[in-house]
Amino acid sequence: MTIHTDVRDDRSHVLHEVKVETPEILLVPRYTGVQRVNHWITAILFTLLGLSGLAMFTPFLFFLSGLFGGGQATRAIHPWFGVFLMASFAILFLRFWRLNLPNRDDVEWSMKIKDVVTNREDRLPELGKYNAGQKGVFWGQTVLIGIMFVTGLVIWDQYFYQYTTIDTKRWAVLAHSLAAVIAIAIIFVHIYAGIWVRGTGRAMVRGTVTGGWAYRHHRKWLRQLVGTKTRHGSTDKHGS
Amino acid sequence: MADYSSLDIRQRSASTETPPAIRSHMEVAKLIDVSKCIGCKACQAACEEWNDLREDIGVNVGVYDNPHDLTPKSWTLMRFAEYENEGTGNLEWLIRKDGCMHCTDPGCLKACPSPGAIVQYSNGIVDFIEEACIGCGYCVKGCPFNIPRISEKDHKAYKCTLCSDRVAVGQAPACAKACPTGAIMFGTKEAMIEQAHDRIEDLQSRGFDKAGLYDPAGVGGTHVMYVLHHADKPGLYSGLPTDPKISPLVAFWKGGAKVFGLATMGFAAVAGFFHYITAGPNEVEAAEEEEAIEMEDKARARDETEARPH
Repeated sequence: MTIHTDVRDDRSHVLHEVKVETPEILLVPRYTGVQRVNHWITAILFTLLGLSGLAMFTPFLFFLSGLFGGGQATRAIHPWFGVFLMASFAILFLRFWRLNLPNRDDVEWSMKIKDVVTNREDRLPELGKYNAGQKGVFWGQTVLIGIMFVTGLVIWDQYFYQYTTIDTKRWAVLAHSLAAVIAIAIIFVHIYAGIWVRGTGRAMVRGTVTGGWAYRHHRKWLRQLVGTKTRHGSTDKHGS
Repeated sequence: MADYSSLDIRQRSASTETPPAIRSHMEVAKLIDVSKCIGCKACQAACEEWNDLREDIGVNVGVYDNPHDLTPKSWTLMRFAEYENEGTGNLEWLIRKDGCMHCTDPGCLKACPSPGAIVQYSNGIVDFIEEACIGCGYCVKGCPFNIPRISEKDHKAYKCTLCSDRVAVGQAPACAKACPTGAIMFGTKEAMIEQAHDRIEDLQSRGFDKAGLYDPAGVGGTHVMYVLHHADKPGLYSGLPTDPKISPLVAFWKGGAKVFGLATMGFAAVAGFFHYITAGPNEVEAAEEEEAIEMEDKARARDETEARPH
């Protein structure tokens, strides 16, 4: 019989103790698998659109066209990414628009934006599933993606050249690029918020958040969820 | 055309490199004397011949314009306009040879996103380098004269090259060479302006007191110029623009919008970083996890009480 000696053995006891002390954590469902897939397809398409679009936006970023097989290929594929993004985002929109309707809490939250950015959660009102910032991202993207889709068709010369005048196309290409840079800036904020507010990422990766996260950031939603859950005796599959 | 080895470049699309500038170059120009044009279309034939283009067979729609418009294969086109001159009671046939004007400030080059797809040689010729063209159609939006055409076959932009390959070896453009009446002249820009003034003087002495040179300042002057009998009304000549310039929309899109865009995106990214290193992450506290569990326990207890039969 061989006796294995492991340097970690010394520490195993300590590790065990730490584990015991870890408090019990409530996990709350926030997004279903389908919702997560929908979100990430949209996110991937947005990234591809951003990279291919920026290649055509400024010479400084033209090198990005190399990621898509050169300038011609970038020009050809960019609008198709757009078509699929539009479809994917439309589904996302239909899923979530109701939850993103503004209410009184959003006004109060917005007035206390200083407390928001300084992590003074205790001074903020109790919120439903989304705060005003999240709603802003939702409606901002809705409007900007809408603008980009319509103006994108106007400047998709391969199929739609004949339907509009050159001057209309000039308006369209300007609006398209302005909408795009604003949308990208909003997405930067969106991504950063996910890094800044710890525990958020797991909502879109695993589908759940911890009870503490929900209690801290969306207490009204948690109350509603806990109430519904016990009354109906099942978890809320829609995560709403 | 693709070969620019013997010509220096003054401007190159979507590029920040400084082009070579030590050699001094004469600017060239084509002067089209509309008053001498008889509409024979020899220039169109010569253009197709030299550039090895063959336009598809079209249909007659009742006007002399053939083809109806510039195409990827027709880089120049005689446009026929009938004008009833109220002053003289005469019917005038105003025939203008349309094609790229080779602007000093080219809107196509300004709009082009692909490095080196559009160049301006130091002699003033604006040329499309099809190898680098991505077919986005931005040049179409940039051009104040509606000249570039995108081919459906290869998705590349085409237009008059001012026969840059001929000019590079000291030859006049094919159209100028073929014109039977000498309505198309070619030389240095300076000489062409001088020539134009002689022609204008002659026209004015014969009743065309509004005769003049079309070398629009809004695009910094052009390297294809017209002598017009009615220089006060360029629109008579099949819609030649009176004061062409790069659309302010295009100028903003390629100027302010780019700066705004890069600044906005950069600010969003940098602001996030600096927020993180000052405010720090927003972390859930252990007490809050406990509060959540307590909240659930309470709800369950309440539920059980309600569910218990009396």
